[in-house]
Amino acid sequence: MANMNPNKNPMPSQEPLVRARNFDEVALGYTEEMAIDEAMRCLSCKNMPCVSGCPVNIRIPEFIAKVREGDFEGAYNIINKTSSLPAVCGRVCPQETQCESKCVRGMKGEPVGIGRLERFVADWHNMHSNEVPEVAEHNGHSVAVVGSGPAGLTCAGDLAKKGYKVTVFEALHTAGGVLVYGIPEFRLPKSIVKTEVENLKAMGVDIETNVVIGKTLTVDELFEQGYEAVFIGSGAGLPNFMGIPGESYKGVYSANEFLTRSNLMKAYKDNPVTPIMKGGKVAVVGGGNVAMDAARTALRLGAEKVYIVYRRSMEELPARREEVEHAMEEGIEFKLLNNPVEILGYENPEDKRDPKNGFVTGMKCVQMELGEPDERGRRRPVEIKGSEFVLDVDTVIIAIGTSPNPLIKSTTSGLEVNKRGCIIVEEDTCATTREGVYAGGDAVMGAATVISAMGAGKIAAKAIDEYITDKK
Amino acid sequence: MYKILTKKSLNQNVTMMEIEAPLIAKKAKAGQFIILRVDDEGERIPLTIAGYDREAGSVKIIFQIVGATTKLLDQKHEGEYINDFVGPLGTATKLDGLKKVCIVGGGVGCAIALPIAQALKEMGCDVTSVIGFRSKELLILEDEFKAASNRLVVVTDDGSYGTKGNVCLPLNEMFANGEKFDEVITIGPLIMMKFVVEAVKPTGIPCTVSMNPVMIDGTGMCGGCRLTLNRNGERITKFACVDGPDFNGYEVDFDEAMSRSTMYRDFERHAYEKACNLFSKQAN
Repeated sequence: MANMNPNKNPMPSQEPLVRARNFDEVALGYTEEMAIDEAMRCLSCKNMPCVSGCPVNIRIPEFIAKVREGDFEGAYNIINKTSSLPAVCGRVCPQETQCESKCVRGMKGEPVGIGRLERFVADWHNMHSNEVPEVAEHNGHSVAVVGSGPAGLTCAGDLAKKGYKVTVFEALHTAGGVLVYGIPEFRLPKSIVKTEVENLKAMGVDIETNVVIGKTLTVDELFEQGYEAVFIGSGAGLPNFMGIPGESYKGVYSANEFLTRSNLMKAYKDNPVTPIMKGGKVAVVGGGNVAMDAARTALRLGAEKVYIVYRRSMEELPARREEVEHAMEEGIEFKLLNNPVEILGYENPEDKRDPKNGFVTGMKCVQMELGEPDERGRRRPVEIKGSEFVLDVDTVIIAIGTSPNPLIKSTTSGLEVNKRGCIIVEEDTCATTREGVYAGGDAVMGAATVISAMGAGKIAAKAIDEYITDKK
Repeated sequence: MYKILTKKSLNQNVTMMEIEAPLIAKKAKAGQFIILRVDDEGERIPLTIAGYDREAGSVKIIFQIVGATTKLLDQKHEGEYINDFVGPLGTATKLDGLKKVCIVGGGVGCAIALPIAQALKEMGCDVTSVIGFRSKELLILEDEFKAASNRLVVVTDDGSYGTKGNVCLPLNEMFANGEKFDEVITIGPLIMMKFVVEAVKPTGIPCTVSMNPVMIDGTGMCGGCRLTLNRNGERITKFACVDGPDFNGYEVDFDEAMSRSTMYRDFERHAYEKACNLFSKQAN
């Protein structure tokens, strides 16, 4: 008999005011009892609408049925067939707009907590299973993967399962891409990413860090070295700035820089070797998930006040609801319908050596109101004349999006990009305009989600397998 | 892990190392840089490539011991390893078509200026090198510059070696004598490059500067290395790591770059003192 409680089992979490001052994970995960109880809420619909909402088509009702039986390892095996990074996806996927948005239980009450169950199953497996992943028999072909973020890792994993010898090239010193430099510890512990990467290595995937494709090696050289296909999952690394005066003052960061300093370079630890500005009053410009991550990181680093400054209203704010709620509970103030027009800095004309010179002292904003809808139906923000005011801050973090890095494009002939710098691919194969080269994730879509990058990595792995098989 | 093949002290504060990095050695060009991390918990620092040996697969770096990371690096010995070494990053210095060039190097910046002088000399270019140091004790690479230049002028601030004064002094003399160059390329402290640009400006000779700001990834991801160019009345933001490190000296906003370079001054001083204390304790 199904559990007809209209609400999900709530996620046990750290208390807001406690977690706002530490970097430990916010959500603590279901217990076995909670997981089984939540699994009972699934109606096991025959037509499985939830599966169609998942970019990698996890067999959701089947794994939930195993959870209901208490067979957690069985549940893991079902998820693992289609997803290579379940512990990651269970944490960072926007399930509310994907699988859970299609759940029949969501019509009257809350949908089944699919993401929470996925996370539970993956964590249970990582804690209890010593099983070494299978190493498929080598099929004699090798493939190069550029970038070790979610798209690259997924593509590498799927190809390794099929017997390909895969080498992943990573520009930074640690594998994981945005999962290690971007998403903070309190939302996705780095140990989880490490486990997933170790799993891939155990499957025979080679990971070469400190190799910048486009600089250390080019795509052409990868083919010369004998790789038969190349997958580009190099992400959208290039930060956008606003182009307003004052963006070069000390204390202004791109969200990429701020998060990379804290996450990858571990500036959040006591006595860090990589510096970061902490404490004080912080404004984060932007309303996406990255903005929420930056704001919550600033708070944990010890800021006395953190603002989110966004030019539209709460309704248009693109971040996940859950992240917005978490941020609000932790005490982050939302300055909505406000647009920055200038960053102000300290200048002492009397004393050029004044150590305060060049540091941020505030951010001038103008209030906005929503006007007519634009071509995408979002109401366009319009300035309210004479409404300028100065927000008292000493750090400004700009989180208004990123663009794909041009390094690979500029060194690979035959690879076409659109006017935003995104690599052009065929949607159903991820094939680029150059034969044997495939691409996916943010390098193609601009800034998107972890799961859509994984979906692309999966599609590309399948297409690469077909391409190499047909060539034989 | 990357092996330290050789290590040599050039003066009390400057050390040269050759690092085994065959992929980088194969590609490196004058003007490009690498990023390294000494150990697994270390900071990423950029260092411009001071030379390379494509056959031996080695890359030469020359660094001044100014902070905690360079202090830590200097503690490593020949045969030991550093954790990370990535490159070659940035764009190479553009040398095509140059026939007569003046290279102006200051302090440890001379280490970066040298491979450019060498590349130009190899092309058959007429090279004048002006290298400046605070004092005789800090002089480095004099013989190498002699070999790579048609004419070498050494200056020291205190007059303990060569001509007394800063690098602008011989430059101004040459210009006063009506000497012309296709280009002046200058590498050194920001304040020195700023003054070199001002000295060259009246002559209208193109002046290239090499910027070395704070950066993390070196691939255009963080934007921490951004600087502003003034071009045709517009202010343009560029990233030193991918758009540089070389820029048209007339366009660079040096005051802003100098201000940005002090963002972490207090932190760095503290970290350096801590590293010094740590190593002196270990030595005792």
